[in-house]
Amino acid sequence: MSLMDIGAVELGKKISSGEVSAVDAAKDALAQIGKVEKDVNSYVTVLDEAAIIKRAEEVQQGIKDGIYSGPLAGVPVAIKDNMCTEGILTTCSSKILNNFKPMYTAEAVINLEKSGAVIIGKTNMDEFAMGSTTETSYYGPTHNPWKLDHVPGGSSGGSCAAVAANECSYALGSDTGGSIRQPSSFCGVTGIKPTYGTVSRYGLIAYGSSLDQIGPIAKNVSDCAAILETIASYDPKDSTSVKRDSYNFSEALTDDVKGMRIGIPKDYFGEGLDDEVKSAVLAAVDVLKDKGAVVEEFDLSLVEYAIPAYYVIASAEASSNLARFEGVKYGYRAEEYEGLHNMFKKTRSEGFGAEVKRRIMLGSFVLSSGYYDAYYLKALRTKALIKQAFDKAFEKYDVIIAPAAPTTAPAIGDSLSDPIKMYLGDIYTISVNLAGLPGISVPCGIDSKGLPIGIQMIGDCFNENKIIQTAYAYEQTREYVSCGLCR
Amino acid sequence: MSKEYEVVIGLEVHVELATKTKIFCGCSTEFGGAPNTHTCPVCTGMPGSLPVLNKQVVEYAASVGIATNCKINQNCKFDRKNYFYPDNPQNYQISQLYQPICINGGVEIETEKGGKKTVGIHEIHMEEDAGKLIHDEWGESSLVDFNRSGVPLIEIVSEPDMRSADEVIAYLEKLRMIIQYLGASDCKLNEGSMRADVNLSVREKGASEFGTRTETKNLNSFKAITHAIENETARQIDIIESGGKVVQETRRWDDTKEYSYPMRSKEDAQDYRYFPEPDLVPIVISDEWLEDIKSRQPEFRDAKMARYAEEFDIPEYDIDIITGHKKLADIFEQTVALGANPKKVSNWLMVETMFLLKERGQSPEDVSFSPENLAKLIKLADSKTINNNVAKEVFAKIFDEDIDPEKYVADNGLGAVSDEGELKAVVEKVIAANPKSVEDIKAGKVKAMGFLVGQTMKEMKGKADPGTVNAILKEHFKEYM
Repeated sequence: MSLMDIGAVELGKKISSGEVSAVDAAKDALAQIGKVEKDVNSYVTVLDEAAIIKRAEEVQQGIKDGIYSGPLAGVPVAIKDNMCTEGILTTCSSKILNNFKPMYTAEAVINLEKSGAVIIGKTNMDEFAMGSTTETSYYGPTHNPWKLDHVPGGSSGGSCAAVAANECSYALGSDTGGSIRQPSSFCGVTGIKPTYGTVSRYGLIAYGSSLDQIGPIAKNVSDCAAILETIASYDPKDSTSVKRDSYNFSEALTDDVKGMRIGIPKDYFGEGLDDEVKSAVLAAVDVLKDKGAVVEEFDLSLVEYAIPAYYVIASAEASSNLARFEGVKYGYRAEEYEGLHNMFKKTRSEGFGAEVKRRIMLGSFVLSSGYYDAYYLKALRTKALIKQAFDKAFEKYDVIIAPAAPTTAPAIGDSLSDPIKMYLGDIYTISVNLAGLPGISVPCGIDSKGLPIGIQMIGDCFNENKIIQTAYAYEQTREYVSCGLCR
Repeated sequence: MSKEYEVVIGLEVHVELATKTKIFCGCSTEFGGAPNTHTCPVCTGMPGSLPVLNKQVVEYAASVGIATNCKINQNCKFDRKNYFYPDNPQNYQISQLYQPICINGGVEIETEKGGKKTVGIHEIHMEEDAGKLIHDEWGESSLVDFNRSGVPLIEIVSEPDMRSADEVIAYLEKLRMIIQYLGASDCKLNEGSMRADVNLSVREKGASEFGTRTETKNLNSFKAITHAIENETARQIDIIESGGKVVQETRRWDDTKEYSYPMRSKEDAQDYRYFPEPDLVPIVISDEWLEDIKSRQPEFRDAKMARYAEEFDIPEYDIDIITGHKKLADIFEQTVALGANPKKVSNWLMVETMFLLKERGQSPEDVSFSPENLAKLIKLADSKTINNNVAKEVFAKIFDEDIDPEKYVADNGLGAVSDEGELKAVVEKVIAANPKSVEDIKAGKVKAMGFLVGQTMKEMKGKADPGTVNAILKEHFKEYM
């Protein structure tokens, strides 16, 4: 048996009790990477084995000395490659950062390190988190561990695949429009997108600043709660960081949903939703109903406006956020150029992939004078209306349940040819980011192709505990199913 | 010139604020320093870094707004201005476009004709400065120094209310005085802590429409501003007179050639794609905070002049000069507070300080000596420990190096000699050596005694008390007086 078969908190307990060591855990992660990474390609960078073992030994000593007492001390973790790690290559899966080693570490990762995390490597993603399949990575696509010719989802596809394929105990992802929840659903793992402002964005290389949020990806809800408790913090370095009343998420791990008011937005179960996904999600809802939850259908409205509003806002912010990559200070620089502007142009033409360029162009366009009001301001107003629609819904419901994605994981190559189709795949996750809400994706079945299905639970701002409670109660009714590669 | 023309000028004035740290990070704002030593991930635009607003910047900006009669936007926001340039590490500048902190103000200036007029202030906004490019003179590359990147600026945008170079200078001097009184900036044009871009157009006198304007940049002194305005006015009139059309463009002033040349025209003006800065939350200036800022506004010049007239027995002329510069007023008040006589302090500031500033090519803001040392010097002179000539010499030392005059006088043996015995011996030596003068005095040419005083002072290397020397000589020649 591999120590990667079990959950992160369970492994943490075994390490702190001395039953196994942090070094054993790290070695099991590395062994699995040795076995499956060539097929899955979850990582852009796996750290040097000697460095990992050295860190595991230090943590083990730290546990003995009482420095590390948290539930995750000594547990191997993978970090999405858009979070800065001091001295460790951080690429955002882009050619333009192919040599970038940050001079500092992201706040969320520092929080993990302070609690004794052992970092195994940096995971693959869609380039600059732009994409829903992890196919836009400069370092090659990640393959779904359940079915290697399918995508793992994205943009945190590497993190989700690494957790599903037992190449780490848990991982950090980031979610701008569904980038944690959708790949979690495609890979049969659990992921949380926290309320905007809960986890510091300091050191997260920005895609859409007003939407980005770091969150946990793990095998189960309890792990996610423990990870979120570790990474969430009020950070004065991030002006959008929020000082929350409580950072206790584990207290929501009660197997009790009696009286929990659950809203099912009819608009999320209509046209375009795969039948197998629909029935799996509704079956899960029935389970919750059986456990005492009060379920009701309602009209959320404005659903069709979420995707255009999202792509306008996220692309606008991205066009500005990504302007700093021009070859002057760090990263890739074109080898041959004539003069400054030609250097910028060639560096960016050669350094960015097609999807990133598409969004930079879209974002630059919607911010241009003459178009700003018609596109960007209108999108901001739509965002505000979507938030209002959710506010209204949360007056009646504790939790809103929806699919995480309209289908299970598509085959590799199917999405790239039709970006609009790929954008439409974000329909169930995007509104949550626009409204700044927390959302969780939990496995709820496997389709006839053998691919996992995820159910999404959405809570009101700062009400992670409601969705954690609901997800945990549901999770108690089924076993964790691991992918074929791990069996 | 067949027609009469009127020039219409508006200014965009950038002022570097005197905060200790930068606008969005904790790095030092100190001028100088080895390249890229006052930097961090934030002000070098490292991926993942985030800005955090320095509250002091808001306070300074608001205090300038209050002092220039602006309305303070208690809910304001930052926006991003997007443009590619390597001195700008993020390739966008965090600035304010949609909701600047101060709007609709104005300051009163005196016109050439002795009248008064108000120059309107359209807005004041906060923003970050860029780094500095250093072009390698030997190779083909350029280097960038981010020490200045993120230094806080306010941009004060005037209405097109000025009609001459003199009015522009009066407006700038007024702004500079207000800002220096607030301590919000030292406003040194030559060091770039105050920079003015001139928007200028001409029109036929009496016309209601404005002409096409140009913007002139790179003006580093009042002299450059005056010359650029004269130059640009003449250039535009020439174009119009010869039947041409002024092109809307940005021009760069070359101070050595006294000539401006076009940098970019309206056609290639950039689209800055402004949008609200998502990494910063909106700024809310509560009523309490605003009141607190207001309550800390300093005594401005007019109030200070009135108080000086009331409190100190010094001429109006002196008051005018001293209060004209916050730095001089501060030194004046602090020296007087140490017990020095106001008129004497004023004299040192009005005469010797001004003389040395002029000689050293400096402005009153550059004065760096301490009130303590000036007070000590006045005390040494009052007690006749040193004579006037020596005092001037010591003051120059204080002015340049802020030396302690008591220690300096002691170390260099500059104390005035008034010991009669010692001086008598020297006077007798001088009398013996100058028989011609003695003959003259004896012949009734009393004026020749002045020469003997001078010779004695020379013999004493200037340290003799001239009064005592005079008395000794008078005594010696009393039968011929």
